[in-house]
Parts: sequence; structure tokens; C-alpha cells
Amino acid sequence: MTIVRSLAFALGLALAGPAAVFTPAFLSPAQAAPLRLQLTQGVIEPMPYALPTFIADGPAAQQVASSITQVVASDLSGTGLFRQIPASAFIAPVTSFDAPIRFADWKTINAQALITGAVSVQGDKVVVKFRLYDVFSGAPLGDGLQFAGPVAIWRRMAHKVADAVYSRITGESGYFDSRVAYISVSGPKGARVRRLAVMDYDGANPSYLTNGGSIVLAPHFSPDGKSIIYVSYESGFPHVYLMDVATRQQRRLDDQPGTMTFAPRFSPNGQTVIYSLEQAGNTDLFTMNLATGQSTRLTNDPSIDTAPSYSSDGSKIVFESDRSGQQQIYVMPASGGTATRISFGPGKYATPVWSPRGDLIAFTKQDQGRFYIGVMKPDGSDERLLTASFLDEGPTWAPNGRVIMFTREAPGEASLPQIYSVDISGRNLKEVSTQGGASDPSWGPLLP
Amino acid sequence: MTRLNAAILLIATLGLAACNNPNRYGAGGAGGAGGAGGLNGISSSGLGDPHNPSSIAYFNQTVGDRVFFAEDKSTLSPEAQTILVAQANWLNKYKEYSILEEGNADERGTEEYNLALGARRAQAVKQFLIDHGVSANRIRTISYGKERPVATCDNESCWSQNRRAVTALTQGGGAPAGS
Repeated sequence: MTIVRSLAFALGLALAGPAAVFTPAFLSPAQAAPLRLQLTQGVIEPMPYALPTFIADGPAAQQVASSITQVVASDLSGTGLFRQIPASAFIAPVTSFDAPIRFADWKTINAQALITGAVSVQGDKVVVKFRLYDVFSGAPLGDGLQFAGPVAIWRRMAHKVADAVYSRITGESGYFDSRVAYISVSGPKGARVRRLAVMDYDGANPSYLTNGGSIVLAPHFSPDGKSIIYVSYESGFPHVYLMDVATRQQRRLDDQPGTMTFAPRFSPNGQTVIYSLEQAGNTDLFTMNLATGQSTRLTNDPSIDTAPSYSSDGSKIVFESDRSGQQQIYVMPASGGTATRISFGPGKYATPVWSPRGDLIAFTKQDQGRFYIGVMKPDGSDERLLTASFLDEGPTWAPNGRVIMFTREAPGEASLPQIYSVDISGRNLKEVSTQGGASDPSWGPLLP
Repeated sequence: MTRLNAAILLIATLGLAACNNPNRYGAGGAGGAGGAGGLNGISSSGLGDPHNPSSIAYFNQTVGDRVFFAEDKSTLSPEAQTILVAQANWLNKYKEYSILEEGNADERGTEEYNLALGARRAQAVKQFLIDHGVSANRIRTISYGKERPVATCDNESCWSQNRRAVTALTQGGGAPAGS
């Protein structure tokens, strides 16, 4: 697949592609504050935007133009940061991608951002182009962009457009063109069927990588998104496996009979896997060099040491241990050594995961019969709980560190686990739409 | 009816009982589908006649195939120890069985920790059986964490049944196959 990005519609303001942040250079001195959402404090009032249905270049493009527009809107509005203005409010329809923008029309309906686009289809190839405008400045925000690729991956192109819009307005990279590895769950509580699966971040395009014959757990994407590491009972006993997503070839990582290996996770450079190994009832942390197969013990403690996760720079490991008497969160150097406890609130703390930005650690907290997803700084300060329910667990970070997915299971014999997402401000809690039950999400990288 | 047919019928009946009464013979219990989990681990041992003291069915029903644990604990209560002494006595008498000790946790914990906790519970039982004369090389342990509840309501009456270690037997010497 090729997605070709071209600066085909240079608008005189040379910015370096979608990663470019908005700068005051776009504004004349008399203008008000630039079109910019600061994500730091969370956004209470979503920014209104207008997204006229992308112009179809010919009848063949009509359906896909409409679908792409819907996905762009779903991505943007789904963040809770943006609010789409209904087309019924528009003063005049947009009939040409290249016609001058009548900013007054969009100001009247209070649109702060305007996104226009056009879609053409030739054979099995689709080309999507778009422009983003700061309505109140009366100026484009960044250059026009064009994406081209097979029609089959039109959703990815829509996600690329939305990522570019998100990035230009917030100044941060997006997360829409990404995939999530998870466990598809079906069947009654006492006889669950679990399949390793991968889907788009919004639940679309699920594909199933195992057949449900064995229990599978805890998938985690490699940093490049090409491999998944997970736990399978395929041999009869739980062990860590590595699967190539494209070929679905898998291999068992460890080969030590009489042990259980679980809770695997990649290092940021993808060359090492850290995991728990249980032997004679005791669980410690180990790493394995994927190239050599060499394993190294990191902890040696008569406690349960599990759920390890590397810091984004690879220098540290955060994990949970019950060495104090109950589950708490500890940080230690990536090579092992002295572990420092960082969680001190009431209750148990589990499944710590370091943010890709490095600024926060997400965790599961269990206290007085309730489960919570929360975040704290890497030194344990500034703890904030984002969710609460009968059972929330297993946070995973969006590639830009702004959103967390996790597993929620409601009480009730008939309930299935579902994947939810929440903004790190604690806002915009919602269920990710999956086919049937889903658990154990692992959010992969932003795709190239 | 031949003895073999009777045995098959009995197994089928017990199989149905397992479906209808998961609290007694859950998927995680002896003879449950896929005993050791997965495609390769399905046990093919019959449960036998529960009135025959050397049968798996007798062990499961009369001796007692499982013990229960307090929340987040792997220590063996006096009640559990009584059952395990009986298990050890029985296993020392009928040495043709190998043992898969299955550790389980309730649903009120996180996935990774519960796997480790289930392993601790299985190991606690294994060590107790060894201390009471059962040969270590007959016993393997496995943890299912919280993945195999036998009781599925949402309160302590069910959770307490799921915090369990089940002594699952298969015929044949040595520890159960698989790795």
C-alpha cells in the first residue's frame, strides 16, 4: 500500500507537512488568538467545525467521498474536542474544491474551522485531497494535502485527513490511523472463547488471528506495529508467543518446562521483550533479547512481580509487585536493581503503563470493591482517577499519549467485556464499537 | 449392558452434570473439556464409577477435588488441609494417576496478578501434597487466573467458589503432558 502525500496545493505559507504546528505567521497582527486547542487542561467546550461532504470527482467517487467525509467527522467529533456543525445550518453548499472560500458564510454559523475536500476514483485507486481553514482568520491552516491509495483502504485515508486536521489545530500528532490488538471474547462467563484480534482504533476492520481453540491473553503490539506478543495456552500451559501480523506465523519465546510466562511487553526499540516468569509459585520479571533468545532475570523477590512496562526512553521499567503485602507500583532501572515504590494511595495499584510522551503512568486501581483507571506522574505524584466501575482494568495509551483505552466489564451473568476509551482529562468516556465482547486492548503506533 | 457401555453412559451422564452444574464440575475441574486447556491438552480419561473407590469420580465426589482460598491469599485453611490430607492419602494409594493442580482466582483482580495468584495457590497445594508423601514428579501445576470461573454471579457467594485449586487427575504415570 502506498499513501502518497504531496504538497500539491501549496498556499504560499510553507509549512512542513501535517506535523507542522500552527504558528502566528498565519495571522495578521490585528487577528485574535490563533485557531488552536490547548489539550493540557482538557477541553470543556468543543470547537465547532464545518465539514461539507467532500466533492466527488465523478459518479464513481460519490459513495467513497461520502463515506470518507463521515469517517473524518467521526474521528474529529469522537475526540470530544470538536463539534460538527450540521450541514442544514450551512449558508451555501460547497460545490467546488478550488473555488474561493466565502469566510463570511462560515463565520455566520460560528464555524471556527472549515475542512473542504475532494475525492476522485480511478479503477481501484482513490485520491483524497483536503484543505483546512481558520475561519475567523480567513486563512488556510497549513497546506492542502493529498493522499492516494487503493480504494480498499479508504478508511485509512479518511483517518489520515483527520489526523492532519487534529495535528494542525492541537499542535500534537494524531492517533486515528492506528490499530488496536485485543482479545475478542464470546460465549458465557463460565466458558469464554477468546481469539487474538486486531482492529482499527475505532473498531472497524476487525480481523481474527487465532481460532479460539486455546485461551489467549494480553496481546501487545511491537513498536513498529508489525508483531504482536501475547500469552497462549496452546501447549496446554500458558506461555509467551510472538506473532508476525502479516504472515500470522508465530513462535513460542521461552522453552522452560514447568514454568508459566505471561504479561509480555516490548521495549521501545522493539529488540527486547520483558515478561513475568512463574516457577514453583513465585513470579519474577525477566527480559529476552529477541535476536539471541538470551533471557535475563531482573527481579528476584518472593513476591508477585508482574505487568512490566518500559518508559518511553527505555531507561526505566514500571511494574506491579505485592512485596509490600498488596499490589503496588514500582519503578526500577531497565537493567534491574533497586525498585522504588511510587503508589501510596488507599487500595491496590496494578497494570502500570508508561505514556509514550513519558509524562504519565496509567494504572488500574482497586479499592473497596470498585475498579478505577487513573494516571500519575512517574514519581507517583498528582494521581488522578479517570474512570470508576464494577470492573475497569488494563489501560493502554494512544500513540500521542492523550487517550487511554481499557477493558470494562459490567456485572451480570450475560455481560461481555468491552473496550472503552477516555481522554486523559477524564472526559469523553465511551465504548469502542466492537463485534461482540472485547478485552485486553493494546494500542499500536500511528501508521506511516 | 456391558460394563464398558455402562461406563460410557456414566461418563456421558457426568458430562451432562458438568454442563448443568458448573459449580461442581466446571470447565476448570477434572474431566472438564480441555482439561489442561488448549487443543493439545484435552484429557481422555474416563471418570469411572463413583462407587468404585479407585475412580476419578470417587476422588472428585467423595474425597473432594478442590480447596478454596480467602481473597488474595494462597494459604491453606484448616478445612482445605483436611481435604488435602484425604487427597494425599488417596493419591498415595492409587498411584496410577498423574496430577494437574489447577490454580484459579476470582474475577475481582487484574488479569496478570490473578495468573500469578493462581500459580501460587496451585503451588501451595502441590507442596502440601508432596509434604504428605505424594511424589513430586506426579504433579504439575497450571494457573488459569480468572479465566475459568465455575460460578458466574457477581457476589461473594460465587467469587468464593472461584478462588480455588482443583486437583485434576489423569490416568497414567508421571506428570501430565504438555509444556
